Amino acid sequence: MQLIPCPWCGPREEAEFHYGGQAHVAYPEDPSALTDEEWAQYVFFRENPSGPFAERWSHSAGCRRWFNAVRDTRSHDLLAVYRAGEPMPEVLS
Amino acid sequence: MTVSPLAAWRGRLAALAPALAVAERPFRSQLTVRASEPSAIAAMGSALGVVFPSVPCTFTAGSGQFGDVEVLWLGPDEFLVVAAPDLQVSIEEVLRGALGSSRGSVVDTSAQRTTVILEGPHVRDVLAHGCSVDLHPSAAPAGTCVQTLLARTGIILQVTGPDRCTVLVRSSFAEYLAAWLSDACVEYQAAAP
Repeated sequence: MQLIPCPWCGPREEAEFHYGGQAHVAYPEDPSALTDEEWAQYVFFRENPSGPFAERWSHSAGCRRWFNAVRDTRSHDLLAVYRAGEPMPEVLS
Repeated sequence: MTVSPLAAWRGRLAALAPALAVAERPFRSQLTVRASEPSAIAAMGSALGVVFPSVPCTFTAGSGQFGDVEVLWLGPDEFLVVAAPDLQVSIEEVLRGALGSSRGSVVDTSAQRTTVILEGPHVRDVLAHGCSVDLHPSAAPAGTCVQTLLARTGIILQVTGPDRCTVLVRSSFAEYLAAWLSDACVEYQAAAP
């Protein structure tokens, strides 16, 4: 099973984690001003890259903290993990 | 009279010796503490006579006005204070006083988990049957405290010595864990002299 390095607890089994989708999706500054289409874009539409992808993960069976990870969607290699609030590190693809 | 979560398993767990000595320590006082300000954490530590752990995945122990107290690291701003039974109300008052006006919370969670002490030369081998955390003494020395899955059950695992571990498990999962432990011990019972 794949090991995911939690930025607090270190490498743990994938089963301890919960996936949280794309990271760094900014909440609209003025949600009430959005059209239905723009709101749908914010709520439902996500990147689907072939390659490095910044994602949110939760270490739900461990420290229960959310963090971000850059994962290569082709190989499932975790290229970087970083704590919530930290900027996305430069990752060589 | 209150019955501990593993009262019905006492005999079967005792029969696992000498491969593994298993004993429940029920009803311990447990308080979940959320606080991030270093001054508040230090004040709560001095009130209990124990320094709160600053390193992730460790626990600390100390002794003070409430006797022996352990503080387990659960998250960057979350700790579990564990002490002898029936102290939760007074500890909660003291911790809330020490927390003062700092942002944080102290919640009595004593009923949430029961404690199982595991001891024996095979303790790390038995746990490795259902736990993916590296339990080699070089990776998990005494003082380690991890939250993980043991046989798909969420546990808090404290390594308290070379052949000694403490497992905190949710009360409703305790009987399942006891059944799993009994099964995992079978091969070591056969090998015991």
